[in-house]
Amino acid sequence: MSLPLHTFGTLSGDFAAPHPLKVLPLADALTTELPFDRVAIDLRSDPVGGVDLGALHALGFAAALTADSRGPGAALPIFAGLRRNDVVAAGDVIGVTARTGRIGVLYRRGADSNSLFVTERCNSLCLMCSQPPRNEDDSWRVAEALELLPLIDRNLPVLGITGGEPTLLGEGLTRILVGTAEHLPDTHLHILTNGRRFADRRMVTAVTAGRGRTTWAVPIYADTAARHDQVVQAPGSFEEALEGIHNLAEAGHRIEVRFVAHALTVPRIMGFAEFVWRNLPFAEHVALMGLEPMGLARRNRDVLWIEPAEAARAIADAARHLATRGMAVSIYNTPLCLLPRDMWPLARRSISDWKQVHAPECEGCSVRDACAGFFLSADASWRGTDIRPVTNETPEPAHAR
Amino acid sequence: MEAAFGRTAPNIPRVEKGAPLPHRVVALGDGAQVLVTNDAGEFMALDRADFATFAAGRLTPDSPAYDDLVARHLLLAGRPEVALRLLATKVRTKKAFVQQGPALHILVPTLRCHQSCLYCQVSRRPIGADSFDMSPETALHAVERILESDAAALTVEFQGGEPLLGFDIIKLVVETIRRRAPDRRVTFSITSTLHHLTDDIAAFLAEHSFQVSASIDGPEDIHNANRPLPGADAHRRTMEGVALARRVIGAANVAAITTVTRRGLHHPEGIVDALIGAGFPSVFLRPLSPYGFALRSARRTGYDMDAFQAFYRRALDRILWWNRQGVEAEEAYAAILLTHILTPFHSGYVDLRSPAGAGLGVLAYDYDGGVYASDEGRMLAAAGDPAFRMGTVRDPLPVLMASDAMRLIATGGVAEDLPGCRDCAFLPYCGSDPVHHYATQGHVRADRQPSDFCRRHTGLFHLLFGLLLDGPLEKQALLTRWGTQRLRPEAAA
Ligand code: SF4
Ligand code: SF4
Repeated sequence: MSLPLHTFGTLSGDFAAPHPLKVLPLADALTTELPFDRVAIDLRSDPVGGVDLGALHALGFAAALTADSRGPGAALPIFAGLRRNDVVAAGDVIGVTARTGRIGVLYRRGADSNSLFVTERCNSLCLMCSQPPRNEDDSWRVAEALELLPLIDRNLPVLGITGGEPTLLGEGLTRILVGTAEHLPDTHLHILTNGRRFADRRMVTAVTAGRGRTTWAVPIYADTAARHDQVVQAPGSFEEALEGIHNLAEAGHRIEVRFVAHALTVPRIMGFAEFVWRNLPFAEHVALMGLEPMGLARRNRDVLWIEPAEAARAIADAARHLATRGMAVSIYNTPLCLLPRDMWPLARRSISDWKQVHAPECEGCSVRDACAGFFLSADASWRGTDIRPVTNETPEPAHAR
Repeated sequence: MEAAFGRTAPNIPRVEKGAPLPHRVVALGDGAQVLVTNDAGEFMALDRADFATFAAGRLTPDSPAYDDLVARHLLLAGRPEVALRLLATKVRTKKAFVQQGPALHILVPTLRCHQSCLYCQVSRRPIGADSFDMSPETALHAVERILESDAAALTVEFQGGEPLLGFDIIKLVVETIRRRAPDRRVTFSITSTLHHLTDDIAAFLAEHSFQVSASIDGPEDIHNANRPLPGADAHRRTMEGVALARRVIGAANVAAITTVTRRGLHHPEGIVDALIGAGFPSVFLRPLSPYGFALRSARRTGYDMDAFQAFYRRALDRILWWNRQGVEAEEAYAAILLTHILTPFHSGYVDLRSPAGAGLGVLAYDYDGGVYASDEGRMLAAAGDPAFRMGTVRDPLPVLMASDAMRLIATGGVAEDLPGCRDCAFLPYCGSDPVHHYATQGHVRADRQPSDFCRRHTGLFHLLFGLLLDGPLEKQALLTRWGTQRLRPEAAA
């Protein structure tokens, strides 16, 4: 079952610091090299009264998580009675909103993906945006990210950076990249960007700290400016993104191309594939994705809707086109039962575990564990009518060659 | 990646309505379709009416062909500097070979050969003759020249004569290169009858991951008639060598190279069946080459290029038929041309380049220490014309590069600047081959269209584009696999 990214608890004591906190069991907390005022000690499985909270307070720890509220008088701030105890675990980094008792997980140890959400602002407005941008000053997110970085486990293989559009942070993005170089030197960065601001070479210079250990994941939705610009609702953005990609690549940066299949993009998907092959063969990865029915995608259902089986067929053809030519391709957010079997090796379980589900139709399916399944937000009206459990007898989907 | 083309003039006005970008055209098949290509090798077939509208600059966005033409940079819409930048990057990628020194180094350890093939391209010498072997000193000087090249990956190819008759020299060259440059990427290859392959030699070739090309002209009768030996057993001996090579070096590393003689011309299916039946995953069907002795014996063995065309068409069809039976096999030359047509890259093949591969991409070291701009240049010299002799193995690379031979090549080495080629739609996939045209037409700048080279290639391009654009889907998929074979990760293993 999917694990949410936040929960609520009861806060007692004088909790003032809005900093992200590293959750550590007592033994790890006492030996950590992190500053104690960035550590919340996880005492949920320790016997009540077995630990001297006053002493921990004196040592300078920021807070403790306990199973029950410990009564008044504890000098150390306490988060108690979490609505869901499994949301927060040792090694995680949490952000606490004192006013509401909300405990958000900013970093989850061992999760298949961890990301910094660095801004809600964006200079495009994609018709299918799952997280519609908001034009508010949220520069506090940069400060939070900078405080978070030292608390992340150093052995993290990949850290995502998403938004909004991270390049709008300008120098703020530079600081985040410098921070990752300092605190997470061995971690690969995967940064989602629309690429447009990299049309200006100064922006490329500003991200030099990420060169070599960053993959810039840039969406290209068509092989022509007219169609791409229509999807992202920003004239000129196709050309800006292509210039941006070239500027990045010429400066030694690594590129991933991302494509989302829906009614506006599927008609030109083969042209898109050939365009990428001819113009961006240096891209290290191409991700072909099914639609996430969230945010603007729901509102724009009328223009975006296409039978998932048709989208999957188009994705499979484009993936085959690119894979035959030696490019690294992945298929995201697409159920296996809609894909021809020769494309199964390219299909990934791409949906983050906290928002991934299977459908009632999946009952008895033999490839469930390998299948991406569905976004939690995909109700029956989004899943289409072609989902069928795969069994040994299942023939190839009708359209497969 | 060098941003050599990255800077463009600012403030060029946007183009709102598609305007044709530089392109070349050729009518296909019965003329109902016109093939349009750009300098980067992107292409599109248009019907006559669309083509007329396109060429007049009047194609509008509601035409079904419009978006495809814009996406392939045949029509310009939007900011010109962006389209030009993408095109420049593509041309730079296609012609990346110009950015490095010679990668292919052909070495002739001996001119001696025990066979006397009717069409022999080399002035071979009888097996007992002395003073036609490369000396160890010459070989070591050749190694110096090879290592002087700054190419990222080097290929050292041993030819002859029968190169295995000079195995000591092969061993010396390979071991010296390995010792002197242990970290450089070097591929070794050999073209041989394999008659003289022994267990020990095979083990050596395997140790150094040799690519082996066995000269096999098809079924036994054709092969033996082309390659007379006292025992009339040339075919059997080659196949014994092939078996040994496969066992020791690996089947994937043994390919067949087939010279199509007049005798073979009428048996395309028989030749293909013999080669594929013998288990070759890659066969290379070559027409007779007009060099050396071959030029002189042309009357005896030669034929018209149309006849080769007809042969090739049937042979290709037969190879595709075998693929449909589940036998994976390619025709190597088609695969090269398809790489040029279907990918943003060049195959690396030195004879299909503009600027020419001769001297710039390949050097040939003759047994006597002469250095030539290509193997053909060496054969031409053996036939009496040293025009493409650059110097000797003792001359440093910069001196060889400044030779008269290179000056001659430079004047006829750029197809974009040659009569015939400069307006040819197949130019992005073809090459200038000035040495060949000097040999056959008398001049490096000779008009290409009447040449056998051009007729052969025009025919191949029409054949391949016909299949790619209008052939059955199954054949299209197979040809695509051939052209992209070497780009897939599994091929690298
Ligand atoms: S039935 Fe469900 S689990 Fe099985 S392949 Fe389809 S979507 Fe995936
Ligand atoms: S040789 Fe012939 S086919 Fe090749 S580019 Fe020149 S004109 Fe075209």
